[in-house]
Amino acid sequence: MTKITLGKAINAGLRAAMEKDPKVLVMGEDIGKLGGVFRVTEGLQKDFGEDRVIDTPLAESGIIGTAVGLALRGYRPVCEIQFDGFVFPAYDQIISQVAKMHYRSMGKIRMPIVIRIPYGGGIGAVEHHSESPETLFAHVPGLKVISCGDPVDAYWMIQQAIESDDPIVFFEPKRRYHEKAELDEATPPTLPLHKAKVVREGTDATLLCYGPMVKTCLQAAEAAVEDGRNLEVIDLRTIAPFDLATIFASVKKTRRAVVVHEAPYSFGPGSEIAARVTEECFYHLEAPVLRVTGYDTPYPPSRMEDDYLPDLDRVLDGVDRVMGY
Amino acid sequence: MSESVPGPAPEVFAPHEAPVSPPQASEEVEFVQLLTPEGERVEHPDYRFDLDDETIKGFYRDMVLVRRIDTEATALQRQGELGLWASLLGQEAAQIGSGRALNKKDMVFPTYREHGVAFCQGVNPLNLLGLFRGVDQGAWDPKDNNFHLYTIVIGAQTLHATGYAMGQQRDHAIGDAENGEATIAYFGDGASSQGDVNEAFIWASVFNAPVVFFCQNNQWAISEPIDRQTRIPLYQRAAGFGFPGVRVDGNDVLATYAVTQQALKRAREGSGPTLIEAYTYRMGAHTTSDDPTKYRLNEDLEHWKLKDPIERVHAYLSRHAAVDHDFFDEVEAEGDKIAAELRAGCLALPDPVLSDFFQNVYVDETPQLAEQRDQFIAYAASFEGEG
Repeated sequence: MTKITLGKAINAGLRAAMEKDPKVLVMGEDIGKLGGVFRVTEGLQKDFGEDRVIDTPLAESGIIGTAVGLALRGYRPVCEIQFDGFVFPAYDQIISQVAKMHYRSMGKIRMPIVIRIPYGGGIGAVEHHSESPETLFAHVPGLKVISCGDPVDAYWMIQQAIESDDPIVFFEPKRRYHEKAELDEATPPTLPLHKAKVVREGTDATLLCYGPMVKTCLQAAEAAVEDGRNLEVIDLRTIAPFDLATIFASVKKTRRAVVVHEAPYSFGPGSEIAARVTEECFYHLEAPVLRVTGYDTPYPPSRMEDDYLPDLDRVLDGVDRVMGY
Repeated sequence: MSESVPGPAPEVFAPHEAPVSPPQASEEVEFVQLLTPEGERVEHPDYRFDLDDETIKGFYRDMVLVRRIDTEATALQRQGELGLWASLLGQEAAQIGSGRALNKKDMVFPTYREHGVAFCQGVNPLNLLGLFRGVDQGAWDPKDNNFHLYTIVIGAQTLHATGYAMGQQRDHAIGDAENGEATIAYFGDGASSQGDVNEAFIWASVFNAPVVFFCQNNQWAISEPIDRQTRIPLYQRAAGFGFPGVRVDGNDVLATYAVTQQALKRAREGSGPTLIEAYTYRMGAHTTSDDPTKYRLNEDLEHWKLKDPIERVHAYLSRHAAVDHDFFDEVEAEGDKIAAELRAGCLALPDPVLSDFFQNVYVDETPQLAEQRDQFIAYAASFEGEG
């Protein structure tokens, strides 16, 4: 058992995957000598060489486009997009090429590519460095979208993602890179990649969250105890596909649900969950599914981000509203 | 000289200067040529074609068959059997010359017009029709013939080719001119404006990837002439990226072969990328949905007909290689036979059913998609037995 940060857990997971499979490559901007702007790939180039840990030119479409070619050649590229807001130059390659290749070839081509994206706000960054674009990928057939909420999941999920033969967009909660937890590398994960995790059992309402909002929701659930409320918290872990079975089971039990994410309100992951829960749990619900999210504005200047992002108080406000029905 | 190597920057045009017109068909264009439009062999200081007349007969046969396949596909579209067809008419020499320069282990990344290269790689022409008939989206296995799926998004495949070439590097498959591997990326003059193509040039250059960029400059990107894409000859762009560029007469199958072979050799040896600009002309429409009479002059077309890639080889073989009518007749008959088979095969392609197309979205299907497929099947079944 070692106490490890979320960022270092991803580093350790990448290292384990590279040791296990010589076809795993890591590529991106500044990931080699520097170890990435968040140091997530620190030391990998020194140990695995420049052919496997590739400092790329500053061209995101190039990163993904060449990863497609490397995948066609039998490699398993793990691409780092430096910040959430920088992924869009690569959007065409991701949507039109990576996502569709297996389908277009009627199963003859596989695209075992992982696209790592540090995402979300809360770090006082300048524009384009705090966004939550997961919906823009989750909506695309052929892609799978996941996000880790704690260091233990970070360690295992990055390895499971690399082992997946489907392309995966892996959203890393950058403001939680320094959160610590005990990691036992010898104990294999109990959950497969596309399963949600009940991180706090409760009875009165379900908080559905992922990535950076897991910690926020757990804190809110603890605070809600003072109000006599026992909240269940689910770390969704997988956004495309959602683990609907776990969501439905929880909501049928608690009869109330609040979805929490940093991404904007409209057409967000919460919209899809609300629709599916309504379809499947209609007669169990005591209240409509509510959403506590970022607003439908561009990500604001950072001096205002505390007001923009869902925090403990806004989550509790959402709980108040869902309990008020 | 039409080869540029890294060195002094090419002449820079000052902003106040008027845009430079592209070379017109009537002007002399500097390029590597080894067989004139009249069918006469000519020398070039840097490139030679050393193979025998039997090989040239083979090129002739390839070009005629590919044009026949193309003609049949166009006819199938006109008769409603294909939704669309992108004709290669006029570009046969560029495709056969470059395609025949490839070794078995080389990998091809085509656009959607490389029917001639597909033919060289042994891809069944019927496979090319699926995409245009709407029964599939390509769906051949690229590994079968080292020929990747057609790519419709302009220029995207140049990055795939560069990445694949980087894989060849990592597999230590280069360094030997005979047994080494190379990758060739096809694209057009329009694609040269795409960011992906320019990124591919940068990546190939800085990683010294074994990739040949083969640009068929057919003068037109649908309705936009070459001067809407560039103010300098395209091959000269290579100098700015740090690798050689060469312009070849794209209607000369011998020169295209010689130039491509040298570039592939360079890649296989580990000396990095080359940009080839095959100077040619799109004799037909962009696709069957296009109407070129709206944007280009018939006299240009008439002029380029005199430079036809097949006629000049016919003239050479008749005049200088003692090839008689029997050979030409045989090739024509073979073309008709292939075309008839292609037509029959096209009409026999089974209509796809949507329930099969929920597969292969993922390797590991999601429960959500399985549910949707089952719903669709149940919905479709609810109509069974109805008139």
